[in-house]
Amino acid sequence: MAISRRRFLANTAVSSTALLASPAIIRAALGAEEPIKVGSLHDLAGPLGATGQPMVDSLILAVDELNAAGGLLGRPVQLVNYDTQSTIQLYSQYAQELALKDKVAVVQGGITSASREAIRPVFDRFKTLYFYNTLYEGGVCDRDIFCTGTTPAQTVEKLVPYAMKKWGKKAYIIAADYNYGQITSKWMTKYCQENGGSILSTDFFPLDVTNFGSTISKIQAAKPDLVLSALVGGNHTAFYRQWTAAGLKKEIGIASTTFGLVNEPETLDAEESEGVLGAYGYFEELTTPASTAYVAKLHSKFKDIPYISELAACTYEGFYLWVEAVKKAGSVDRAKVTEALETGMSFDGPSGKVTIDHQTHHATRNAFLAEVKNKKWSVLETYEQQPPQDTAAVCNLITNPNDNKQYVVDVRGH
Amino acid sequence: MDLAAIIALNILNGIGSLVLLSLGLAIIFGMMRVINLAHGEFLMLGAYTTVFTTNAGLNIWVAMLVVSPLVVGAIGVAVERGIIRFLYGRMVDTMLATWGLSLFIIGLITTIFGNTANGVPAPLGSFSVGDYRASYYSIVLIVIAAALMVAVYLVLRFTRFGLVARATMQNPNMASALGISPPRIYMATFGIGAAVSGLAGGVLAPISGIIPVMGAAYIAKAFITVVSGGASILAGTLAASTLFGLINQVATFGTTPVFGEVALFISAIVLLRALPQGITGRFFKGRL
Repeated sequence: MAISRRRFLANTAVSSTALLASPAIIRAALGAEEPIKVGSLHDLAGPLGATGQPMVDSLILAVDELNAAGGLLGRPVQLVNYDTQSTIQLYSQYAQELALKDKVAVVQGGITSASREAIRPVFDRFKTLYFYNTLYEGGVCDRDIFCTGTTPAQTVEKLVPYAMKKWGKKAYIIAADYNYGQITSKWMTKYCQENGGSILSTDFFPLDVTNFGSTISKIQAAKPDLVLSALVGGNHTAFYRQWTAAGLKKEIGIASTTFGLVNEPETLDAEESEGVLGAYGYFEELTTPASTAYVAKLHSKFKDIPYISELAACTYEGFYLWVEAVKKAGSVDRAKVTEALETGMSFDGPSGKVTIDHQTHHATRNAFLAEVKNKKWSVLETYEQQPPQDTAAVCNLITNPNDNKQYVVDVRGH
Repeated sequence: MDLAAIIALNILNGIGSLVLLSLGLAIIFGMMRVINLAHGEFLMLGAYTTVFTTNAGLNIWVAMLVVSPLVVGAIGVAVERGIIRFLYGRMVDTMLATWGLSLFIIGLITTIFGNTANGVPAPLGSFSVGDYRASYYSIVLIVIAAALMVAVYLVLRFTRFGLVARATMQNPNMASALGISPPRIYMATFGIGAAVSGLAGGVLAPISGIIPVMGAAYIAKAFITVVSGGASILAGTLAASTLFGLINQVATFGTTPVFGEVALFISAIVLLRALPQGITGRFFKGRL
């Protein structure tokens, strides 16, 4: 019998599938446990690709560590990662796949607030436990989600007074034009006014703005003592370049809630990033043993990993908080794990001790303030065990467990 | 007075940026009727070439003014030979092919260089106008944009190649009958369009965020400028860039950056409703 090309392809396809599938078959035959699936939704391509990479790398590291130590509840853990390619539509689509097709025990993921708000209802509807590990504007009040990243009360509250003390009382806010930037600018305004300062103007920028010439002139016309930035993404890094090129870097200070979260100090020239202030839940430069061990493990596993920021560290800690809760609950059942987390579950991670707050489903964690020096963050201040006070002021899931909305801070003018 | 000077500089800078962004596209679209959706990626490749050769020790001016256009021009010729030449006259197919090409280039660059690239700072420093500071580089950008316009004009208007190219675009069969090889002219024209885009990318590199997807931020504005400009490559690009640059910068300064962007797009919609053939469909007709 002559073998046609088509038949040959069909045969090889079948046999290679069989080959791939065989370990699972053997395992099933031996009665070994099915793996526990952990879902991950992170952008690895597109404008947010550089942001998602270290987050996924952290998850891979954590899962490998866990499996090397014997897995969870005697079962191996399997990571199911979908690359959402910086597209909100893919977030919704893959969220449904994770919940319905893969039937994962937990999902770690979502980067922008927009992506979180796209997938949060999906996981609510399909009863899937969800961890959001990115720092964000705060205020999400929903018993079906755990937010482990920092919120403004933990970081912006420290950053704004520090920057004002250093540079002066008059601030100019520039922020990205979506929910994160809009809400964060309100927090900046609140903390600035509470510390006796004033906001000269607040400007928002669509994410594809690349020419900041007129804005830079506007800022100069307003004569602020400092600029507070919540600019987001690769296009917006152009601001720091044009700001430095105009010779303003040395004249007006910049404090940012987003700068350096991804790779800005690495991408920009030393002169363009020098002296920028930032406050986050973690910096790669932290010298605690837990931090250096974590950074060393990531670097040895992933040679090309970009800067390891709070995003990566909180993802790692978010995963382990879930692991600890599963161990305590003795099950991956969503309700049982949620209850275990609500007992004040804590984990000692790279950033220090992280504790889940029952009232808000956010995390009490350490915060740090740092300044860019020669393309590296130099940590200036440590704030131990900061509770998520912003969300706590508006959200109480103990008394009102069925709450399901995102509160926005109410800023009183003066 | 200082304020007027600085606003004028910003407006010229906005116009210059739009000219740089769209001139390469205008050549390829205006002369060859090829809708090149990989235009943003040509700009990105120009920026990457400048960034990487400068970081490797090359003089930044040589990198952006010589190496970037050469590299991207060569890529353009390869693209024309490999893809575009099979698709002349098939506009939709060309759009699909170049869109695929743009995704491929983004993927390739991401795979090779990752999502993080070390940028280059803008050279030359800054100067003061009264209370305001601005960078010398913004003036350089305006000068380069103007010089590029003049150079393209001179080539198209006064050289034999320019004459032959224009003739081929108007009537390829007649040009062919007169002993000219249209495929070669197409190849050269596409290559020149790509080279101009590469130069523009190189010039924009020191004031941009360098990421593989940076082209996406430029392509919409480039297309709007070229389409609103209409049939004449240079007069159209200049007229549309001037109009949109002015509106965008004035609106940004006077109101907010969000409204600045909105104003640009609204003016483009109104303009195309009033002048479906673009500005040069009504004014400056028949100019280059």
